[in-house]
Amino acid sequence: MSRAAVTKKKVAAKPTAKSPAGTKPVYDKIRLPEVDTGAVVFCTDPLLVKERYTVDYLNSYAEDTPFFTGLAQGKLMGSECKRCGYRFATPRAYCMECGAETRWYELPLEGRVHTWTTCYFGSESFLKETPFNLALIEFDGVNTLLLTRLVGLTEKEIKVGMPVRAKFRRLAQFKPTDVYFIPKTKAGKAVA
Amino acid sequence: MPVAAHTRTEVRMRPVYMISGGITKFTKADPRKSFRKMVKEAFDYSMNDCPRLTKDRIDGSVVSYFSDHFTRQLMAGIMAVDMCGLVPKPTIRVEGGGATGGLCFQEAWRHIASGWLDCVVAIGFETMSRVNTWKGNEFIALASDTNFDFPVGGFYSGYYAMMVVRHMHEFGTTPKQLAQVSVKNHRNALNNRWAQHHYDLTVEDVLRSPMVAYPLTMLDICTMSDGAAVCILASEKVAEKVCDNPVKVIGVGQGSDAMRMSDRPHGAVPLLKHEDASWYKGLKYPGVHSFRAGRMASKMAYERAGIEDPREDVDFVELHDAYTSSEIQTYEDMGLCRYGDGGKFVEQGHADLTGKIPVNPSGGLLACGHPVGATGLMQAVFAFWQLQGAIAKHNAGDATIQVKQKRGRGKRGMRGAIHSHAGTGTYVTVSILESTSTNGPASKARRAR
Repeated sequence: MSRAAVTKKKVAAKPTAKSPAGTKPVYDKIRLPEVDTGAVVFCTDPLLVKERYTVDYLNSYAEDTPFFTGLAQGKLMGSECKRCGYRFATPRAYCMECGAETRWYELPLEGRVHTWTTCYFGSESFLKETPFNLALIEFDGVNTLLLTRLVGLTEKEIKVGMPVRAKFRRLAQFKPTDVYFIPKTKAGKAVA
Repeated sequence: MPVAAHTRTEVRMRPVYMISGGITKFTKADPRKSFRKMVKEAFDYSMNDCPRLTKDRIDGSVVSYFSDHFTRQLMAGIMAVDMCGLVPKPTIRVEGGGATGGLCFQEAWRHIASGWLDCVVAIGFETMSRVNTWKGNEFIALASDTNFDFPVGGFYSGYYAMMVVRHMHEFGTTPKQLAQVSVKNHRNALNNRWAQHHYDLTVEDVLRSPMVAYPLTMLDICTMSDGAAVCILASEKVAEKVCDNPVKVIGVGQGSDAMRMSDRPHGAVPLLKHEDASWYKGLKYPGVHSFRAGRMASKMAYERAGIEDPREDVDFVELHDAYTSSEIQTYEDMGLCRYGDGGKFVEQGHADLTGKIPVNPSGGLLACGHPVGATGLMQAVFAFWQLQGAIAKHNAGDATIQVKQKRGRGKRGMRGAIHSHAGTGTYVTVSILESTSTNGPASKARRAR
């Protein structure tokens, strides 16, 4: 409000000197439209204001697409080197060891906890989900690991080496969280 | 002085000296200053500390800041450089996650070693308080694979927690040993006026502080901060003219590893000169318990510097302790102890100020904070002051954290290693600095009295 008043005064002051008395210069009516959104101010000294920044990306999974479509079909797709046979548990178009192209292969749906943690804090996107468990899963016959959520266990119950199995979301989100791991059950009862 | 030629590739490199340094005191949030002002303050500090250096002698600059998200400004580098009045001279930005500052130092080194320029300012900064901590954690986690790792629960403390859980499984490292790193570094910082946190801690304090990601508590983790640091590097010709007590950069090394730690191999340890393959029989390396990039960077830097055994040939280390766990893992990567012995190394006091090889006499990232782009350069500034024997000069007369050269080490000058490290060990730099005062800074200080 006050800024608008100042601008008006300033604009009006100059032209009157040059204009015949009683004639209003036409450009006095030129002004930016005011907005009532205002600013969110956290502090005035120094001036700290809120600024929002969002982006919608057209994110392409490109050559890794089969991994995500695989998850929607209940499959875990890894990459196997066509030349040296190195087996990655993650999608990689080329072998990190020898540089050759890889081919897709299906990972076993059971593995073991190679390492893990329970997060009690996190990034903004996942704060609401805390506490949650992250784990790296090892598979028989596979050279590398897979990062995943470990569900259904508390910090005290998780052990390195414990057998786990993959579960898939019924409704795919086309995110790596379409798969998660739970403890492998024996004879119908959950492993503590 | 003859050019050190430990390997063929370095035959044509020129010797490079650090001639000055400056930092701002890092703080959790400094909304009163823009990154440009912070940089200018650090730059002025370094110019004042080297009065014979005039701006016309400076040939160019290298700038490091990690995240465009934190600055909310692309090309922030040039804004820092124009604030320092270093335009229209050459400048370039370097970036490599947490190792950004270390990479900046080495890029400035390359500018001079190659013979291209004679005097280069390395500038680093980060203003992380411009978002809330949880958003900052998100920005940092965007430096993990955004298709495969970030969406699972992107959180760097979680990633490092998984790495140390495996270290604990492989080697029997304990949360208590992690806590001892925090206690040690905060204790050192009690006598560093540049440190952000002056905490007199016990192991219990660390263990009892809020859990962030098992087994890492709040006191196991460094603070996102605002701050800037500046190092000035020069050729021998310029160093001799403008600086009474320059510090020589005698070796730089760098290493890297796969972005996704799940993709890291499980193979053999690349050995340092003093190590024996029999020590590591059956150890699958690096897996996720160790940083192969840190080992590669150390190996290369030691070879270039002619270091046979870092336990004897280095007098102190300023290393990247963003987490207490990564300090323990880094002892091993740098060969300060065997793989698996990192926990015992801190437990037995070897990394203490009075230990075999003082690690983070400044208090490290844990006590000083981690404004990413500035951090690696802050380590260089602290190492520079150590090697000049000038800690007291820059620390309000307090020389408690001044490290002394090991006895009986022949004619070599006092040496310090600086180690800068990015997300889960993707980029790591190690640089070895050596004092040039013939009798070592300790005896020089005695003469002055």
